[in-house]
Amino acid sequence: MDYSNLRRQAASLKKGLFDQGHLDEQFRQVEDLQDEASPNFVEEVVVVFFKDSGRLISNLEQALEKYPRDFNRWDAYMQQLKGSCSSIGASRMKNECMSFRDNCGQRSVEGCMGSLQKLKREHAILRQKLESYFQVTLEAPPCQSWCHDRWIISINLLTDVCMFTMQLLRQVGPAGAATRPAM
Amino acid sequence: MAVAIAEAPFHVLAVDDSVLDRKLIERLLKTSSFQVTTVDSGTKALEFLGLHDEDASISSVHADQLDVEVNVNLIITDYCMPGMTGYDLLKKIKESSSFRDIPVVIMSSENIPSRINRCLEEGANEFFLKPVRLSDMSKLKPHIMKSRCKEHCHQDEDLLSNSETNPTNNSSSSSDTITISSSNPTDNSSGDTISSSNPTDNSSGDSSNIRKRKAADDEILTKTSRPNHNC
Repeated sequence: MDYSNLRRQAASLKKGLFDQGHLDEQFRQVEDLQDEASPNFVEEVVVVFFKDSGRLISNLEQALEKYPRDFNRWDAYMQQLKGSCSSIGASRMKNECMSFRDNCGQRSVEGCMGSLQKLKREHAILRQKLESYFQVTLEAPPCQSWCHDRWIISINLLTDVCMFTMQLLRQVGPAGAATRPAM
Repeated sequence: MAVAIAEAPFHVLAVDDSVLDRKLIERLLKTSSFQVTTVDSGTKALEFLGLHDEDASISSVHADQLDVEVNVNLIITDYCMPGMTGYDLLKKIKESSSFRDIPVVIMSSENIPSRINRCLEEGANEFFLKPVRLSDMSKLKPHIMKSRCKEHCHQDEDLLSNSETNPTNNSSSSSDTITISSSNPTDNSSGDTISSSNPTDNSSGDSSNIRKRKAADDEILTKTSRPNHNC
């Protein structure tokens, strides 16, 4: 089973996320928290993030309708969302949150609406890209070290068997030349 | 050579209304070998401690009188929470005779000097800018050790902490629980950032991290006027 191709694909997807500015250094900090004790931590965090951010965006949209020009309230919702984006390293989304808050400060309804649309777009793009990434990583489990070790064990075993065989051959060797205990 | 006896891990109570941030802080703390309890509000934090809002100001509650012994070594709380803010929680804890010595760390995504000062003046031991990082966790244990030491050797600790505070620090140094950014002499004059750092470690590194994050975050209060709400 050739996982190396899938792992290359995963690495490429991840690199793209960083290069295109969707994710920043904070995401790496989250990745650093994943270990044997918590092997799916990153994915769990991402799932929580999209659930949470989806809810916050929905609440904000309701507030935009129900409380027109209530910039304080809108800003408070967006502050929460910005916090979440910041926690996970969702850089582009965070920028749109900040843009929305600036528009609240300038009391621009049109500006807020524009920022929100961009935010939702970035939200959708990030979700789609991360879903692709996790799909690939699940198909290519990080067994690299395990495979490597297995290979090394096989080589060692083969070497041991060869050496044992050669020793055995030396001992029985030409007829009559069996090893006698030294006297 | 004496054999090290394994101690029970220190217990941290983490308070944050954001489910995402709770998940992260829990992982950060557990990775750093703390035992963790998370709650989603200041009210629940007080309940967990066995304090109630109306009783907090009455200093008659003693830990040994509680039915359940709650052993919390440090409280880390978000500042901005609906209802009871982290600042309100801090005040309640400091008003309680049973829990006032527990170190309290405040976390906030907003780098607002007046907010930071207010918390430190109220007795917060440390202020973390969010997102909190693994490297921030190393700042927690010294506060715990300090408060435990204070419990056992009060007078000696006062002398020790006085020698630890930064000689160039111009802020109020009456309390040994205040952590002030260390030897950089420009910190007091600029007033824009305060790095919350361990007095004994490489705080200049921390200062530059805070400044970098501040620059990236671009949430300086002076930049734009924001709607004024509670947090």
